[in-house]
Order: sequence, then C-alpha cells, then structure tokens
Amino acid sequence: MTLLSVKNLSVEFPTTDGLVQAVNDVSFDINAGETLAIVGESGSGKTVTNLAIMGLIPKKTAHVSGKVLFESATGQVDLLAIDKEKLRRYRGRDIAMIFQDSMSSLHPFFTIGDQIIEAHQIHNKVDLKVSRNRAIELLELVGIQGAASRINSFPHQFSGGMRQRAMIAMALVNNPSLLIADEPTTALDVTVQAQIIKILQDLQKELKMSLILITHDMGVVAGAANRVNVMYAGRIVESAGVNDLYANPLMPYTQGLLASVPRMDRPHTARLETIPGQPPSLISLPMGCSFSPRCSQKSSISGNKCETSMPQLTNRTSEHSARCFIGESQ
Amino acid sequence: MRENFSLASTFLVPESFNREWRRNRLFLYISRRLSISLLMLLIVSFAVYVIFAFLPFDPAALTCGKNCNDPGIIEANRHRLGYDLPFFTQYFLFLKGIFFGRTFGEGAALISCPAPSLGYSFQQHACVTNLIGEALPVTLSLAVGALFMWLALGVGLGILAARFRGGLTDRLSTVFVLVGTSLPTFLTGLLLLVFVVIKWKFIPFPEGNYVPFLENPFQWIQILFLPWLTLAFAYAALYTRFVRSSVIETSNEDYIRTARAKGLTESVILGKHTLRAALAPIVTMAGLDFAGLLGGAILTESVFNLPGLGRLAIKAVTDIDLPIIVATTLLAAFIVITMNLIVDILYAFIDPRVRVA
Amino acid sequence: MNSPILEVKNLYKTFPLASQGIFSRVKGSNKAVNGVSFTLNQGETLGLVGESGCGKSTLGRSILKLYEPTSGSIIFEGEDITQYSANKMKLMRTKMQMIFQDPYASLNPRDTVGAIIAASFEIQKITPAGGVKKEVQSLMERVGLNPEHYNRYPHEFSGGQRQRIGIARAIAMKPKFIVCDEPVSALDVSIQAQVINLLDDLRDDFGLSYLFIAHDLSVVQHISNRVAVMYLGKIMELAPTEELYQNPHHPYTQALLSAIPLPDPILERKREQIILQGDIPNPVNPPTGCVFNTRCWKAQEICRTSEPALVQLGASQVACHFPN
Repeated sequence: MTLLSVKNLSVEFPTTDGLVQAVNDVSFDINAGETLAIVGESGSGKTVTNLAIMGLIPKKTAHVSGKVLFESATGQVDLLAIDKEKLRRYRGRDIAMIFQDSMSSLHPFFTIGDQIIEAHQIHNKVDLKVSRNRAIELLELVGIQGAASRINSFPHQFSGGMRQRAMIAMALVNNPSLLIADEPTTALDVTVQAQIIKILQDLQKELKMSLILITHDMGVVAGAANRVNVMYAGRIVESAGVNDLYANPLMPYTQGLLASVPRMDRPHTARLETIPGQPPSLISLPMGCSFSPRCSQKSSISGNKCETSMPQLTNRTSEHSARCFIGESQ
Repeated sequence: MRENFSLASTFLVPESFNREWRRNRLFLYISRRLSISLLMLLIVSFAVYVIFAFLPFDPAALTCGKNCNDPGIIEANRHRLGYDLPFFTQYFLFLKGIFFGRTFGEGAALISCPAPSLGYSFQQHACVTNLIGEALPVTLSLAVGALFMWLALGVGLGILAARFRGGLTDRLSTVFVLVGTSLPTFLTGLLLLVFVVIKWKFIPFPEGNYVPFLENPFQWIQILFLPWLTLAFAYAALYTRFVRSSVIETSNEDYIRTARAKGLTESVILGKHTLRAALAPIVTMAGLDFAGLLGGAILTESVFNLPGLGRLAIKAVTDIDLPIIVATTLLAAFIVITMNLIVDILYAFIDPRVRVA
Repeated sequence: MNSPILEVKNLYKTFPLASQGIFSRVKGSNKAVNGVSFTLNQGETLGLVGESGCGKSTLGRSILKLYEPTSGSIIFEGEDITQYSANKMKLMRTKMQMIFQDPYASLNPRDTVGAIIAASFEIQKITPAGGVKKEVQSLMERVGLNPEHYNRYPHEFSGGQRQRIGIARAIAMKPKFIVCDEPVSALDVSIQAQVINLLDDLRDDFGLSYLFIAHDLSVVQHISNRVAVMYLGKIMELAPTEELYQNPHHPYTQALLSAIPLPDPILERKREQIILQGDIPNPVNPPTGCVFNTRCWKAQEICRTSEPALVQLGASQVACHFPN
C-alpha cells in the first residue's frame, strides 16, 4: 500500500542573488513498512524535500508547489493543500521527523521527559500520568537504562548517542506511520551509529512504520534501505531497489559516488576514484543535465545533448529509473 | 497545567524542580553564590571605607558647615565622631554600627543612631540611616514602576516586532528604538513636562511633593507617572531592540524546528519554547539595570523634584557631607551585589546548563 | 621506511577540572591522553582512529605542542622537544605542521587566501626565491586551486576548496611531518576522495610523514601504512594496515571494524555485526584495569584489576589480556 506519494514537488527560495531552485519537480512514493533512503550531497535538496513534506518551510521563505498525498487513518490527504492547522495535527502524530544534531535539536531548558510528554500531550487528551508512563516506556524501548530517573535529565546531561535515542523516542511517542530521519547518525561515533541504525530497524519492524532515511553514507544505505533515491542539484537522478542500485548503477553520478567511497573489503588501490569538480550552485545551474560539467561519460552521447537538454527520469526496469541519456531506450 | 502557555508561566519554577534538595545542583549553586556575595560585600565595604578615609578632606572640619573656623568645635566633633581613632578601629566601629547601632559622644552631646547605623550627618543633623530611610521608598517606587513599564513596553514591542518582522509594527519599533536610545533622560523628562503637562494638559501638573503610596495611591501614581514614563522610554527602547533580535535569533534555532515538527501550535512554540530561551538574558539585563536605578536615578529625580536617593547623593556631594556619601556609595554597592546574586539565581532556575557551578 | 622521525614515549595530557563546592577546588581531571607511546618512521603515514573522547585530537595537538604535555616525551628528528618553550618551538614549526578538521572554522574569514597561505613566510621571516606571491600561487596550483584566486576570501570557496587552502598553508614551509586532524570528516563523500588523493600525492612528492587522525576507518585504511586504535586515552592496538584490517587482535578493534557499514547491500546484511553495549565512559573517570572492560564481551576479573601493557603479537602491538 502506498503510504506517501510525492508528486511534482518543487521548492524555490527567492534570494538577493537570484532564485534558488532547491527542489525541482521531485516525485516518489513510499510504501507502508518500507525504508526509502534518499542519498545526496550538500545542495542536492534531500533535506529541503523532506522539510517540505512536513510543511516546515515557512511560506514567507520559499514557494512550495506540487502534491504530497498521504494515506492517513481518515483517508488520503494532500499535505500541501490543507490549511496550517490541519497540517499541524498530522505533524508529530502520523509523520514524525528526527534531525541530525541532537544537541541543538532539543530545547536546552526543558527535561527530556517534559519534551516527550509535550509531544504526546499535544495530540492526545489524556492525563499527564499517562503521557509520563508512555515517555518512560519509549525511553526503555530505545534502550536507555534507568528510564524512570533519566526522564528528569536535561539534554546536556546525555551523551550524543543517548540524545539521539531520546529524539527517536520523542518522534515515536504517537506511533507515526512514517518517520523521516535526516542524517540521524552523521554526527555520531561509528559504534553508536551501529546501535542507532539497529534501533531504527528494530522499531520499524515492531511498529510497522515506514522510514525515509536521508543520508550520504553509502554503507548505512546498503544495510538499512529497501529502495534508494539518489538526488543531485534538486532532482532525483536515479531510483532503484537497493540491491539493484549497488549492483547496477546507471547514472554516472551514482557510479562515481559508489566508486569514490573507500571500501575496506576490497584491496586498496593507489588512488581513489573521484568525481572531479564540485556540486553546482543552485542559483546558476548549468543548462542541460546538472551533472554534465562533471560527467566523464558524456562523450558517449552524440552532439552536446547532455549540455543542452535535461534528461527525464525514465524507467529502465520496473523498479529502476535513471535520469540520463546513456542507456535511454530510443 | 503544563500547557498553560501564558507569558507569566514561562518563568515559573521549572516543572521538574528536583525533590532531592540537599544534593540538588541548584542548591549547591545558590549556596556558593551566596557565600561569594557576602565576601564581596565585606571587601567592598572595606574598599569604600579606605577610599574615603584617605580623601584630602578633613572629615571633622566638614562637620560644622562651610563657614566654620572654630578649631574647638572641630576637635570636639573629631573626638565625638571617632575620627581621631586609628583607621582599622574606625572601620570596625563602622561595621559594628551596622549591626548594633552606634552612639557618638557622651553626656549632653550624645547622639545615638540605632541599628543599622551608617553614620551621622552633622550638616543635616540626622542619622544617615534615617535620611536614607526617607529617600529609599521614593527611589524604590520610581524604579519598580519604571521597571514594569519598560519591561511591558520593551518586551511587548520587541516580541511584536519579531513576530511581524518587516511589517508596520516592526518599522515603527525601529523608529522608537532610535529615538529612545538617542534622547537623554533629562531631555525626555523635560519634553514630557513641557508638552504633555503644560502645553497639551493631558496630565495635570503634579501638585506638591512626593506622597507615599499608602497615604494617597492616586496622587502617588500622578506624581510618579511622568518620571516612570521618562525612564521607561529610554530603557524600553534598548529592550525592544534586544528582544527583537533575540526572538528572531531563537526562532531560527534547531530546537524550534523540532517543536514545530512535533506538531505544537504556533502560540505554544512562541510562548513556551521561543520566549523562554530568548528572554532568559532579559532577567540578567533587567536585574542589573534595576540595580543601577535603585542607586538613584539622579537626572530624573532632579527634573521631577523627587526626594530620592539620587537627590540625596547629589546634595551630599555638593555639600561634601562625607557620612552620607559613604553610606549611599555603600548602599549602591550592596544593591548591585545583591541584584547580581538574585539575577544569577533566577537565571539558574531558567537555564539548567548554568547549574554546574 | 627508514629512521624514526618522531618518537612519543609515555605521553600524558590531563586537563584539570574545577569542582562544584563552595569554593572551586581542583577535583578530578580529564585524562585525555593517558600513556601513549609509538614511533613514526620517515615517509610513513600512521593512522590514528578512535571515537569521541579517545584523545586522538588531543594527542595530535600535544605532539605539536599546541597543548603542553603533562608528562612523557616527544622526540622529533632526534631532538627532545617536550620542554621546548614557545620560542624554540617556533623554529620547529617549519618542520611540523597541522591540517585541521573544520574548513569553515579554521580559516580567518578576514584574510584573503593569499594572505592565509603567505602568513608562515612572514612569521618565519623567510623569503622564497622569486618572492612570496609567486610561491603562494605555485602552492595554490599544487593543491588544485586557481592561482588567480589569490585575492579571494574564504567564504567564496566551497568546503573542499577551503580544505585545500588549509593544506597549502600547511605545506608552505615544506615541513617534514604533518598532523592531519580529521581533514575530510566535514566534506562531502565525493570531495573526500579528492582531498585524500591530494594528500597521498603530496606525501609522495615531498616525502612527508603523516599522523592521520580520523574516526572513519575506511578512509584511514586507504592512506595509512600503520594504524593505531585509541580508546579513552590509550592505544589498544597498533599494527600495519593490512594486518589490522584482516586480522584484528583487540576486541575493540573488532567491534570498530564490525560497526562500519559496507557499501554492499548483500554483504552488509549477511555479515555478523558486533554491537557494543553502553556508551563510552567519561574520560574523567576511566574504568580501572583495562579501560575497555566495561563494554568488552571477553572481560574477566583480571581485566577489571590489571591494565594490560602494549605488547608485540606477531606484526601487531596489542594491549589486551585475551587478544584474538
């Protein structure tokens, strides 16, 4: 069952230097119980896409267009079309989000318990006692020892790993059907990262939740995702099942990304493969394919098609699509 | 209960105030600050006394007025007031007087100042403590009223300006800030008197002198209203500017984004999350500004003819009435140290991160 | 690899902490570096890995005397620099340099790129043949920057380019030894590879020796000849790269390696992962005995009472009572 269907999502930021097209006509679906990884580097638009889904981009700051169709308990709703108050009721209850930096994402003045209880109280008209017990229950679920007393601690008294777990507990307090995790492990040590990924996966199975995992770590993606969307300069450039993507990356950017990750299980070569240059400025995007200035394979396309026209996202197999002229069926 | 997000409740004791009183970090923090403050008070009192002891004035000569030349009276007074004693004895007697009261001279020339005795002013023929006791309520009334006014005006306008950034309110507030911070208080006071009272007659001219609140509250307000406005105008402008930028900055913090992602309403996000963080520094600012005012709002008291500490201090300086000068300086220091302590403790209630030491 | 360029013996660096009583007393200390010894040979890259609080950054900075070591000795090119004053160290700074982690914070935003790179020449009062500007521009070219951008400011560059500026600054004096403190952690993946390749090339061209500090084991494997694994201020294992990755002896090394996700979905999901319990202990209160015993699945009584020494085991050095 399709839980979330994003159609033609675009986000534009007007700035003094020009219009920044942060997200450009992005469409994707996510099914119930599935883990979708959105991969990209800085400026790819992966974070902005998900902020737009949650309605966290103020109207004054940016222009958001498109449809975000969500299957809630009461039927399908377009999250971009409903008014602010209705949207607010879905946030934190049906769709929840956790962020990268747990230290700055938790209010320093309130205890962890208060913040989790608040998340529960705003969506449920129940006694405080009930919310408090729920908070303790969740803290235990995410593996925090002595939850009943730690609930009175402040964020700065927790370690990085524990804070991230507390954020997860807070996000799950209302049993959302979709959790968006924005780089949840990037700021963490690798052993803690492994713990957090495991918690996310276990919880997902237990709560039958869908997970959108935003990351740039190709290792985490390989271990956790069912499907992967690769984003570049505001567009999806490749989308595939995880095995398929790693075995058969079609778009040169994806290939370059996979090749440039140093791998421990392979004999180490003298030089790492790199993608020359850097991600483009979103204000002055190149004409044609955004990746063409850095693409080493554009010579295989006749003329300078890559530089003049934008390839469309086309299906190569039933589950695998890519935005590239190479391999496009004529 | 918890979701009561009126402004006032954002500064109540945090919901999670720990029952473990003894080992509570807050308790340790407070006791540490208290001990340091007491120590500081002692040091300041000593420093003040040293400064005045070594001024190039002969305190005994000053006791009988400007045109007094009779060495007999001067020597008698020197003995009576203990100015002929060694320095440390004088200081010790001074300190003792604060706790136990002090008597000067013997027999017919006995003067007794009950505790807390801060000395005796010959020029005004009164115990200094009494003089201060008369002036302090005036200054207190002035300072407290002004504080409420400028906080209401400054914080309120600042929040509105931040909330409706770029709008008319915001632009008007910028003008207000500019004018308020540029005009000196005596000018504002005079302008208010000239225009609001005399020319436009919005407020009747305050009849007579200061009247204590308990005697006639209505007249009390009438007399103090313009002085409050004068002070509030200047301070509110500063606070508006600060609050506006603090609220805007806090609104961009990650934890506000998290609050929004949890599905909280905008009023809760602003009232509970944003304001608590953004206004925390106000506690410190307001406390210290208040302390400064309590020492005597000299210009405003002069313009509006209020018999407060400021006027008392100025008169003492002009007359070179040393006991009063020493006492008002010490009082000002005491007020500042105490307010610092109060402010630090209040801040620790608000921000748990500072409870480390 | 020939003679040692750097010898570190029993290095300790502790940061005292004030207490919370009525008056502040020194109560406890953060034992950031808690007895570290190793040698670095000329032309070699020693990778230093570990997680938060393990002391690797502190170690790097202590070696360069950016922090004064609490005890122990640092011998650089045969000279004992441990007690050197700031003035004497100034001369050493032409030979030992550092590249920092955060390309956004480590460059003075008010200086032009040219000024940043040229700063060392002024400080050391050295004028290269052909003039400072020419030398700076050739350095810029060497690290892959456009020499025409000599007069630009750091904010006009991307993260990867700023890191190159930092590298150019570090190699300006033609040092022998560079401490690279997490030089690629803050960069995008595709840019990381570029910078790592650059560091590789520079090492070959100039015969540099690196102490390469990182928390990403896969990056370290690529660039290092030997790797040291640190935990709570001590070295747990020190071995040639291939040996460490193929044949880890210390349980912590095994856990660390196991925690790194492989970018291969089939392999990644099949393999056995060791998930460590709990969090890294506070360096102010390290566990007694072996510092890793609180999270080690092999821990026995002896691990809690007696600290294992770093001993040779085959090609590796391991500090463990029950190494693999």
